[in-house]
Amino acid sequence: MGAMDEACIVGIGETAYVRKPGSGLSALGIQLQAAVRAIEDAGLTGRQIDGIMPFPNLGHAESFAANLGCENLRFQSIVWMGGAAPVASLRVAGAAVRQGLANYVLIPAGWNGYSGARARQTVAEDVSSLPGGAIARDFYLPFGFSAPPQWYSVMARRHMHEFGTRPEQLGCIAVAMRKHAQTNPNAVMKGRAMTLEDYMASPMLADPYRLFDCCLETDGAAAVVVTTPERARDLGKEPVFIMGAASGQPRPADEITNRKDIFQTGLSLAAPEAFGQAGISPGDVDFAQIYDCFTFEVLQQLEEAGFCKRGEGGAFVEGGRIELGGELPVNTHGGLLSEAHVLGMNHIVEAVRQLRGDAGQRQVADAEIGVVTGWGDFGDGSIAILRRA
Amino acid sequence: MSQAETAVPMPLPELEGLAGEFYGYCRKGELRFQRCSDCGSWRHVPREMCADCGSWNWEWERSSGRGRVFTWTVVTRALHPAFQDACPYAPAVIEMDEGVRILSQVTDCSPDQLQIDMPVEVVFEDASEEVALPKFRRSTS
Repeated sequence: MGAMDEACIVGIGETAYVRKPGSGLSALGIQLQAAVRAIEDAGLTGRQIDGIMPFPNLGHAESFAANLGCENLRFQSIVWMGGAAPVASLRVAGAAVRQGLANYVLIPAGWNGYSGARARQTVAEDVSSLPGGAIARDFYLPFGFSAPPQWYSVMARRHMHEFGTRPEQLGCIAVAMRKHAQTNPNAVMKGRAMTLEDYMASPMLADPYRLFDCCLETDGAAAVVVTTPERARDLGKEPVFIMGAASGQPRPADEITNRKDIFQTGLSLAAPEAFGQAGISPGDVDFAQIYDCFTFEVLQQLEEAGFCKRGEGGAFVEGGRIELGGELPVNTHGGLLSEAHVLGMNHIVEAVRQLRGDAGQRQVADAEIGVVTGWGDFGDGSIAILRRA
Repeated sequence: MSQAETAVPMPLPELEGLAGEFYGYCRKGELRFQRCSDCGSWRHVPREMCADCGSWNWEWERSSGRGRVFTWTVVTRALHPAFQDACPYAPAVIEMDEGVRILSQVTDCSPDQLQIDMPVEVVFEDASEEVALPKFRRSTS
């Protein structure tokens, strides 16, 4: 039993994940749709939600509460860690319900990431939205170093230089995620299988990143509800327990190039903390949902979380080992690369579904313990270790 | 250039605060980094205080201007419209002899000629009336 077993997830909700012609909902509307489904899944009503943790820049707790009819919004908080925020929010929500700051905390995330403002627009039109703020504006943008695939691909190249990591190994990650998406009716890339040859033939965007190293841009939202095991029992719901959860920042957190250790991320520090709380080691984990904004970030996080040693990630992802049926199935839903980009909230939803035994065709047999990670901004990291009841 | 492209100006640094001072030296053809007056450590990007020893004392010290290519990416699809015509180009991380790293570009070689540890030296490129950007060229040392 982990130190954080006093908190659990009782509700999950997702919208459809779509590209063209888009969701047809507002950014708030699509998140509310996921939130309502998560609240219903928990056996609750909107009135009972008394804690809300919106995603940075994607909504205010007040507007969620007003729409949901919350009677007493007494806890709200935003973790400013980009894509690491949902998993980091899980940690904060767990602490909040244990401390009695709230009974039921809703964590929504979602956007019209395809039909609304796309990544390349926000880079050009809203410099303040960049991590690092003035640093990115003054020292990155004038040199055309303007967007996540470019920021992270310099780490991928350095990793290739130091450890001999090969493009085909990044390809194994993309192919595994795509393969998993074929088992997921809600995956945007269902019906569009991909081989390693397809991967290698895809156009370069930010060498060594090809098109198929990059996650999707999609419309969609997902949400979860966190409470205590006591309250979960009253709801008659099989909870999924949070055995351990932690978040961390690289050093420095606001600038990539001057890290003494260029591969160290927030997860490098957070993972030992979370595994320590849980009282288990990475070898005890049955599956992992790893924030896959880009392929190399999966490899890097597998290393930094301790699933393999640094430098061995390339070999670790080869030979089907991260595929369903392999030693450590990764992103069983297809991930951001092939299901949808819902800011990592879909990774948490999938982990819960696996631990409930509700993952259908893609169910990991006898799944008892799963890991979810988040990655944001310039390498902020978060991790939650979950187990079934 | 098409009209659509001219509508988006090249992004330039704001010449205020410490960044303004850094680029002020660049305008004069000098690459300077902050150096802690107490523990002697160099730092980039500019910051208020020394993360190594906590000192608030520092000076703008002249860099040798020499360094080596640490890593890079080759941008073949610009994600900022101002760089559309520049593709392919290679934002590169240069490790200076002083130990700090700076994000820049190597101007006198094509992206496919870049190599890790390739020696480079600083050159300054006028980007506007007020701004000169520190860039690099291959060096023999």
